[in-house]
Amino acid sequence: MKKERKKNIYQLAAWTWSWVATMAIATFGPKYIWDDHTFLTVLAVSVNFANGILMIIANRNLFNNFDELERKIHLESLALTLGLAVVVGLSYSLLDTTNLIGFDAEISNLVIFIGVTYLVLVTVNTRRYT
Amino acid sequence: MKNKLKVLRAENSYTQEDLADFIGVSRQTINAIEKEKFDPSLPTAFRISKLFKLPIEAIFLFEET
Repeated sequence: MKKERKKNIYQLAAWTWSWVATMAIATFGPKYIWDDHTFLTVLAVSVNFANGILMIIANRNLFNNFDELERKIHLESLALTLGLAVVVGLSYSLLDTTNLIGFDAEISNLVIFIGVTYLVLVTVNTRRYT
Repeated sequence: MKNKLKVLRAENSYTQEDLADFIGVSRQTINAIEKEKFDPSLPTAFRISKLFKLPIEAIFLFEET
């Protein structure tokens, strides 16, 4: 179980870093590397998308390796994170469309919110059971 | 749900880590079961029962909440 866990964690880490790297290439490449060449941009976005799918599969493999308590902790955290992401995300979007905030509602802010919320909830739930 | 896991583990000189390895769960899960913060699944309860050669009801005491 421990050997399998290590393998799953390394695989997830590798695909996550590769996804981040390909995201950076797809974001900055068109402007700084290949001068808006459409084919290269499509290729970079496709590679990034494929990396994202492989990262999700690696995450699922890790989740399937969890024991029953770890699954419960992560499932509770995921449920709350999903709910908060929908509610906070739509409220944030409403603030933008009704011009109550002076800047555009960026999706990156929502992604950061989801990441931080999940991290906090996993920490809190882990402490609950120790 | 109350249980006698800590007593049985001590009687058999197992550490939480040993028990976790035998049962196929993490040490944190054994700790949470012993502290009665988490009720194990039926397969885990059966594995514990098989390891200690005791019926499930001799290890876990069900209480209506």
